[in-house]
Amino acid sequence: MTTTDANREASGDRENTAERTGSGKRRPADAARAADKGRVTGKSGTPAPDRASAPDDNDLGAAGSQLSTAPREESPNLPSLGVIGWARWFWRQLTSMRVALLLLFLLSLAAIPGSLIPQTGQDETQVADFIERHDTLAPIYEKLGLFHVYSSVWFSAIYILLFVSLIGCIVPRTWQFVGQLRGRPPGAPKRLTRLPAYATWRTEATPEQVREVALKALKKRRFRAYVAGDAVAAEKGYLREAGNLAFHLALIVMLIAFAWGQLYRSEGNKLIVEGDGFANTLTQYDDFRSGNLFSADDLNPFSFDLKNFRGTYETTGPNKGTPRIYEATVDYAVGADGEQKSTKIEVNKPLEIDDSKVYLVSHGYAPVVTIKDGKGEVVFSGPVPLLPLDANVTSTGAIKVMDGYRNADGEREQLGFQAFFLPTYGGAGTAVVSQFPALLNPVLNLEAYHGDLGVDSGVPQSVYQLEKRKLKGYKDAEGEQVRENLKIGETMTLPGGNGTVTFDGVKEWAGFQVTQQPGSGWALAGAITAIAGLAASLFIQRRRVWVRAANGPDGVTVVEMAGLGRSESAKVPEELGDLAEVIHDEAPTVAEAEVLPATTQDSETEGAEKP
Amino acid sequence: MTLAAATNENLASISNTLIYSAMAVYTLAFFAYITEWLFGSRSKVGRTAAALTADAKGGKKADAPAVTVRSAGGTSVLERPKVVVRAAAGARDVPDGPGAHGGDEQGDLYGRIAVSLTVLAFAIEFGGVLTRALSVQRAPWGNMYEFNITFSTVAVGVYLSLLALKKNVRWLGLPLITTVLLDLGLAVTVLYTASDQLVPALHSYWLYIHVSTAIFCGAVFYVGAVGTILYLFKDSYESKLASGGRPGHFATSVMERLPSSASLDKFSYRVNAAVFPLWTFTIIAGAIWAGDAWGRYWGWDPKETWSFITWVFYAAYLHARATAGWKGRKAAYIAIAAFVCWLWNYYGVNILVSGKHSYADVSLAVLQSVGV
Ligand code: HEM
Repeated sequence: MTTTDANREASGDRENTAERTGSGKRRPADAARAADKGRVTGKSGTPAPDRASAPDDNDLGAAGSQLSTAPREESPNLPSLGVIGWARWFWRQLTSMRVALLLLFLLSLAAIPGSLIPQTGQDETQVADFIERHDTLAPIYEKLGLFHVYSSVWFSAIYILLFVSLIGCIVPRTWQFVGQLRGRPPGAPKRLTRLPAYATWRTEATPEQVREVALKALKKRRFRAYVAGDAVAAEKGYLREAGNLAFHLALIVMLIAFAWGQLYRSEGNKLIVEGDGFANTLTQYDDFRSGNLFSADDLNPFSFDLKNFRGTYETTGPNKGTPRIYEATVDYAVGADGEQKSTKIEVNKPLEIDDSKVYLVSHGYAPVVTIKDGKGEVVFSGPVPLLPLDANVTSTGAIKVMDGYRNADGEREQLGFQAFFLPTYGGAGTAVVSQFPALLNPVLNLEAYHGDLGVDSGVPQSVYQLEKRKLKGYKDAEGEQVRENLKIGETMTLPGGNGTVTFDGVKEWAGFQVTQQPGSGWALAGAITAIAGLAASLFIQRRRVWVRAANGPDGVTVVEMAGLGRSESAKVPEELGDLAEVIHDEAPTVAEAEVLPATTQDSETEGAEKP
Repeated sequence: MTLAAATNENLASISNTLIYSAMAVYTLAFFAYITEWLFGSRSKVGRTAAALTADAKGGKKADAPAVTVRSAGGTSVLERPKVVVRAAAGARDVPDGPGAHGGDEQGDLYGRIAVSLTVLAFAIEFGGVLTRALSVQRAPWGNMYEFNITFSTVAVGVYLSLLALKKNVRWLGLPLITTVLLDLGLAVTVLYTASDQLVPALHSYWLYIHVSTAIFCGAVFYVGAVGTILYLFKDSYESKLASGGRPGHFATSVMERLPSSASLDKFSYRVNAAVFPLWTFTIIAGAIWAGDAWGRYWGWDPKETWSFITWVFYAAYLHARATAGWKGRKAAYIAIAAFVCWLWNYYGVNILVSGKHSYADVSLAVLQSVGV
């Protein structure tokens, strides 16, 4: 709402009455109109006839000015030549409400493609899939940055422009507002009748008394009020403007906090088997990503051990197998040698250490196996984490014995096992997939190989996959690949006296994601401020009240009150009525029954206007 | 099966019965509203035209009020000063219509019946939502079926609250109940999900905060959108009259009974502005939840993105109302676009776009997102 609107509102030509007394009678507007006629033509008998000057819009302009700090709307006239002229013009445009509106639109439109096209930041495999399927479209999308919309040049350009506009808008508005707080509300306009809410009566109290009463009543209602000339001027609701400025400032704080967080962010994953631990250093992560300005020294020092993982699942009904509880019990310590504390990490309840958060993000099983060579020496013993393939945690992975093993002939060799694990095996004759995610009937299926695992070739390989190129499968008597289902406690024997594999038991593992994102506190503070400021700016009405008390020509005091809000609202007249009531109680109407100027004059007008 | 599970299934089927009963009563209310409109069409209102043509003829109005106090009956009993109100210039001086019944007594009777039926249906539907919640022993906001039944309950609740506050909103009745029936129809057919508990990723008190405010905001935005659409119709009707056009008989009959375009515009502005801070809060609560559940508070997931777009559209709407040249119809179009974004975010993104918010298999998504 700009100044000009306030003016227009104030000089509007529509009227109706808010009948506060509830007499239920026809409104006295007819009388009012008639009386006003008299006033405009300068006839006597109307209140305050000395004020019946020609309409003076400038006067009203001052009364309605600075009711807000919104920038003035200027038509986008091109400036006359000159670099400074152009720069100033450009700046004005950028910080105008019209351009702010346009940029808001652009921003929301620009955000749309990112929600419909797969984004690298969210799902790389979907992006790869999309690129594979769309030969012509994909390169175009790639050029336009459509696979990473929210970090693309054009998206950044829009929001940076918006925030420059915001800053350019907010700074002058703040100064203006400070000025308004220091200054005083403008004095009463000459013609209070032109304001959106108006009341008047004649009283025996002196003008000074009325003003004093008015001043007191207004101050009691926490208006800023003072006497200027024959009138009291008052204003209230500055909190609206303050809230609005706070809201826009909070947006800036949020944006900066968000950008800061992105630049210094780090995120890594770590899989931990029950009983094992983790210390927060770069080398310990299974994988790690970070923002552009992050450095390894920024990692918060802490460590933790996974004591126990608990998962429970729906056992009946159509959602059988749906996870109900995931819960990891950990002992953690902050700093190099901090005190050990125990806590639980759940899916929605990360462990927070400084600005790092440790999330529980996945879980699975790690069968514990013991592998012995032909002489009965243990060459491998421990849990082997396997990756879940489906909702019932059918898992797969590999067991690799890299060194220490000698075969029946005493030669050095490496062993490899392709492993399948079913926490709940359906029994013979059922498909080789798990029937339920919990450990009801665990079965470990192993396929045995020997030879060279290929781990020394320098090519990185997944711990979950067996590189079989240089491996030979163990064959049974019929020449079939050796493959066996083991229950807990069972042992499988490798043919030719090459050793044994025992399935000792199952441990659970949990996958943790450790994220560190500075600035979240600022973002949250900004968000809370934004909501508070927004509520203030939308629910508080800034408004002005003037009370004029002056002697009429007959010596009787005429009280006139008027109210002006920033926008049209029923609250302004309501409040004016309440105030009028308070003041009227102290300065009651003169009892002069028949002196009703409105009804005694201009009876034709009155007749003509009756509906 | 345990005893508790049996009770829960019992409650769930009671809930279903209640929802179907509520639909039946809403249908009755729907017919009662229709009847109100039908009876109302007998009345000839013509206030808008009268007001506008009076203006057009240049019937000069006195431009300011003056005397507002008189002494009743010439005695010393004094009345309090009256406040005279003037409206903005440029606004058409059109009085509000009398409502669907058009002043017709029988119409009014049916209108009251319709409201009573709506109250009854609301109570039943509320019971349905409540028993659903009891049957799953959590807040009833775990899937789209539950969202839909809660959503329509809240929308009707908002409407009835406004009525209870003596606001002039009975004109909302017919459009609202029509869409409530659509919403429930979708819920019990396409979206129905047997009652069930939540996967761990949805377990958080932020769920209750975020989802309940989201549903509430949606319902209020919806009420605002109905106001905006009617505003657009009424505004073009008034423009047509003002420029000397003669709208059709049906349009006249319906439009005359609605509040003036200025009132409708103000109504939808108030409604939208009132929930906008809550919508802001909803998004922030969602970000906090995402921070706890997914390790980042904002990640441009489709759901997050569309909430943001909706938010920016509503912000644009509020700005437009403060920008010269954008008030009125243009601002109204933005408000409608904003609500369409909200709807799309609910139906479109939930069903058509894959993201972390696909409620059916959140636990799997969580597992996959790590890609260990
Ligand atoms: C991120 C972008 C922005 C958002 C989300 C935003 C949001 C809002 C909202 C919701 C309001 C409503 C409060 C009310 O009606 O009083 C508002 C008001 C306002 N905004 Fe913004 N705004 C943004 C950028 C800007 C910019 C760039 C400007 C500068 C041109 C600006 C200037 C204003 C002004 C002057 C008001 C008060 C209008 C009035 O007094 O009625 N805003 N803004």
